[in-house]
Amino acid sequence: MSSTRAPAVEARQLIKTYPGDVTALNGMDVTVEPGTVFGLLGPNGAGKSTTVKILTTLARPDSGTAAVAGHDVLRHPDRVRRAIGVVAQGSGADPVATGRENLRLQGRLYGLTGAALDLRVDELLDRFGLADAGRRPVKGYSGGMRRRLDVALGLVHRPEVLFLDEPTTGLDPEARTAMWDEIDRLAGEEGLTILLTTHYLDEADRLAERVAIVDRGRVVVEGTPDALKGELRGDAVHVELREAVGEGGRTLLDGALSGLPGLHEVLVDGRRVSVRADDGAAAVPALLAALERAGVKVAAATVARPSLDDVYLRYAGRRYSEAEAQSDGGLVLAGGAR
Amino acid sequence: MSTAVTQTWYMTQRQLMVFTRQPAYAIITLIQPVIWLFLFGGLFKKVVELGGFGTTTYLTYLVPGVVAMSALSSNMWAGMGTLEEIQRGTLNRFLTTPVSRAALMNGNVVNNGLVTAFQSAVIVLLGLAGGADYPGGVGGVAILVLASVLLGTIFGALSNALGMLVRERESIIGINTFLLLPLTFLSSAFMAPSQMPSWMRHVADFNPLNWAMVAGRSALSEHPDWNAVLGRGGALLVLAVAAVWLSIRAFRSYQRSV
Repeated sequence: MSSTRAPAVEARQLIKTYPGDVTALNGMDVTVEPGTVFGLLGPNGAGKSTTVKILTTLARPDSGTAAVAGHDVLRHPDRVRRAIGVVAQGSGADPVATGRENLRLQGRLYGLTGAALDLRVDELLDRFGLADAGRRPVKGYSGGMRRRLDVALGLVHRPEVLFLDEPTTGLDPEARTAMWDEIDRLAGEEGLTILLTTHYLDEADRLAERVAIVDRGRVVVEGTPDALKGELRGDAVHVELREAVGEGGRTLLDGALSGLPGLHEVLVDGRRVSVRADDGAAAVPALLAALERAGVKVAAATVARPSLDDVYLRYAGRRYSEAEAQSDGGLVLAGGAR
Repeated sequence: MSTAVTQTWYMTQRQLMVFTRQPAYAIITLIQPVIWLFLFGGLFKKVVELGGFGTTTYLTYLVPGVVAMSALSSNMWAGMGTLEEIQRGTLNRFLTTPVSRAALMNGNVVNNGLVTAFQSAVIVLLGLAGGADYPGGVGGVAILVLASVLLGTIFGALSNALGMLVRERESIIGINTFLLLPLTFLSSAFMAPSQMPSWMRHVADFNPLNWAMVAGRSALSEHPDWNAVLGRGGALLVLAVAAVWLSIRAFRSYQRSV
């Protein structure tokens, strides 16, 4: 049974700082059971890519331990490299070479030769819809084709653990859906463990059996998407205010709303007020009335079933989109070299 | 060991493709040498009458200089390719495979060496077609080509080291434009040493570009000065080893910074 086997990925207390006192990882823990799809979810600069770099032997942690497919990444990087496939954000297929040549070279680096190599390359080109394109130089490929080739490159040697670092970033919606279907198919393959990072909430929700939410270099919460959403009782009610409230207004609002029946976890965040309600639709009238009594003007109100966005808000203490926006500043640098 | 050698060949092949698949690129790299040999060489044809050149025609004198110049000017951009591979993610992709780390670096060196040897041979043939004569024969040509490969290795490795350390195009462009003309004019490429102002001649003695020209020119002459050939060639070899060592250090530092 899978539960008795050693984890496919096990990282403990990873710490990594980059020059300039940038803390990329601050006690990162990850455990991935074999044969599952695990999602690391977080905004840019949260530490996802750094974690992947350490697990794929590219970077060394300052402290902490990590093992992939049973091999220690620091003591036996070569064994780890043979067991893993890596699809990084830029996998850099050679633009001058054809898709087939790229795959052949990749296979050779793992020791594949002769008929076995030919067979494997044909198989992958077919499977990723690149049979015709395989004869053309990669520089003529569309974004979606390049991404499919990147995934094929990571699979050439039939790895035990596949790392997908933001597999759909930069793809158009159509190519994105196609990539999701492909990852679904990969997940069904026997024994393949997938660790994927994403900053798309819907992507983690759709693909991963377990999700860890990463914020500022560590995991803030982990579980199945359903369990994480289930922990949030009831519906999410979001109220958009006409203008942002300051510290004083926030306490005032907290007081005004906390007494209302059927409401929990009131969070005031600039122009947004988020509330959990046992029954969202029923709570809205009372909520709006309370806000009006407090003298706050409302622009819009929405009721939604819990989403991973709400989970993120609850555990990371800030809204996902806001973390993303902040990361466009200094935190992107925290990722260090691309 | 044999794996590292095989993998070096895979990496070399991969890089050679850039050259072989883009014939336009190969032709463009020969435009400058042609201009130096035939336009510049034609224009200043008569300087040979000043004496001290040791050759009957100016074109014959120019060939080793132009060979060394193009080895320098094509290899000093090697860092741009490395930088592109880093930015595209190609280098990191290879680093997550079990490929020998030495093969990744050696592939660069071997590729640059082969391309330089090819370009040098073409320039020698162009000179021959234009009427230059090489009393030193095939052996002399081989020494000239070898010297230009060593020179190219020095500047290719330094450029790669720079690309991996600073990781910005502007630095490579800046350093190259800063170095190219002074290195060229502080050498015996266009003028016989005995006709050069003495301070320039002395500075040229420390210029690796000049070492390659002097070694090649002497080997191509009727009576090669083997001490000069071995001395300059040896110095180029020592520098090439040092530059490759430096680029390996830069590669390690890159790996630590990922």
